[in-house]
Amino acid sequence: MSETRPLGSGESLFYRRRRLKGTIFQWLCGMATLVGVFALGILLIDVLVDGLGRMSWSFLTSFASRFPERAGVKAALAGSAWILGLTAAISFPISVAAAIYLEEYAPRSWVTRIIQTNIANLAGVPSVVYGILGLALFVRTLGLGRSVISGALTLSLLIMPVIIMAAQEAIRAVPRTIREAAYGLGATRWQVVSHQVLPMALPGVLTGTILALSRAVGETAPLIMVGAVGFLAFTPKGLGDQFTVLPLQIYNWIQRPQDDFRELAAAGIIVLLALLLTMNAIAIILRNRAQVRR
Amino acid sequence: MSLTAKGSRTLKEGAIGMVLFACAAVSTLVTLGVVFVLLRETVSFFSEVSIVEFLTGTRWEPAFQDKRFGVLPLLSGSVMVATGAGVIALPVGLMTAIFLSEYAAPRVRRTLKPLLEILAGVPTVVYGYFALTFITPLLRVFMPETEIFNAAAASIVVGVMIIPTVSSLSEDALRAVPDALREGAYGLGATKLEVSTRVVVPSALSGIIASFILAISRAIGETMAVTIAAGNLPNLTANPLKSIQTMTAYIVQMSLGDTPQGTIVYKTLFAVAMTLFLITLGMNILSQWVLSRFREEYQ
Repeated sequence: MSETRPLGSGESLFYRRRRLKGTIFQWLCGMATLVGVFALGILLIDVLVDGLGRMSWSFLTSFASRFPERAGVKAALAGSAWILGLTAAISFPISVAAAIYLEEYAPRSWVTRIIQTNIANLAGVPSVVYGILGLALFVRTLGLGRSVISGALTLSLLIMPVIIMAAQEAIRAVPRTIREAAYGLGATRWQVVSHQVLPMALPGVLTGTILALSRAVGETAPLIMVGAVGFLAFTPKGLGDQFTVLPLQIYNWIQRPQDDFRELAAAGIIVLLALLLTMNAIAIILRNRAQVRR
Repeated sequence: MSLTAKGSRTLKEGAIGMVLFACAAVSTLVTLGVVFVLLRETVSFFSEVSIVEFLTGTRWEPAFQDKRFGVLPLLSGSVMVATGAGVIALPVGLMTAIFLSEYAAPRVRRTLKPLLEILAGVPTVVYGYFALTFITPLLRVFMPETEIFNAAAASIVVGVMIIPTVSSLSEDALRAVPDALREGAYGLGATKLEVSTRVVVPSALSGIIASFILAISRAIGETMAVTIAAGNLPNLTANPLKSIQTMTAYIVQMSLGDTPQGTIVYKTLFAVAMTLFLITLGMNILSQWVLSRFREEYQ
């Protein structure tokens, strides 16, 4: 009987056309998603093909050189390690403290609102602008010169908004009942924060910090501005020493027209990406552990 | 508890609160610092160069004998790269977000999202390398008149670079749309396509537009990929196959050389940075305004 059919024959064409449109749209969206994935794949293959031939132990343990066959990333690796360590040491405590203040202490006032809006805006300021601030403030005004510490301070300012916002989110995710239970037992605000909230929020805070730090490790422009150099034949020994970092060394090699240096740049990129991938893997492991516990 | 112990406890608590506040205030000092540093040199720059020449001049030749300080070539360079990047990233990013939020099975989503995060985490100097050694040679196969340094290759890599900005923020907005709206539309006989494009996307529009604005602002502030791929020629041109210079690339080029402090050339650095800062700040504020002004509140 015709009534048992869900659709009349005239409508069924209409429905089929709507469904077909839906299928086409779904495929288009799926393909759009693959654009990013493919771009990543091609980029990695391009870099690996160009650079793998140059990868060797001596590439990691040699200084930069005019002769491509002798050149390596020793100074750049050491500089990146210095920058990474110092930036973490400076930005982590200040950012976490700021996040604790904003989530646990701050009164609902216009001051708090200004600080909060300001942090969100700072996260969107281009990194070259931070470079100019670093140049004027740390290198010139404070007289720290073109040194590791100038670079680390500049990058700390750059990533602090990112860490603060990630830490705030992690702190916000701690259930309120935990705090209330602790207060009920007579704990002070700091005791609640340091004994209950922070330990629970820590994995999330660390994840955000590591991701922000990996951004700092990949930064080039602000360090050019504070005077990191692209060619260095020694590793920094102290806070006041000159330095170079991996991205800057790579940039220096890219700029040279000879193919040999292009290959060195690709090899440098492999080292940089390996470093970043390790940091990201740690962040993801931390995040998964945090999710399991909750 | 004795009174003194209680007193010292309150004192300690107060001190901790002050220290935490000081740390939160650092961020505000940073902003003030940026504004102060930029403003000081910019004001001094405009005491020597008229602001009208800066904003309307079509030639940027600060280092020449006959100095010209028209910022338009740099500005148009930045806008051209950002436009090209937007043409790629906005539709691709939005469709990625729709796919991940509406269509993808949870397992597919869990695989694809980290890949997009990696894309977002690749340093910009790497994108520059990719543009120069892969995209540009590819463009030259199809269009032999393409210059070694060109705006098109820079636009393409910057576009790829900001796809994750669009897709992740838009996806958050799409996922925040409550299922009740979707179910209501299905109940009225809508297909999945109709639910996605006529119910979910319009409901999340404020978040999507905010992500667009933020992504474009990132493209304008992008530095290394553009410096490497687009070149250092302040050209006022609409041809993306030619070499250009963006504001950010000029800043990098200037700081690579040793420009003596106090000279007019040194001050151009700050005037250009101020222009860049105001544009990106304006766009960030605009995106926040769109979010708060046009947000649909769902329980």
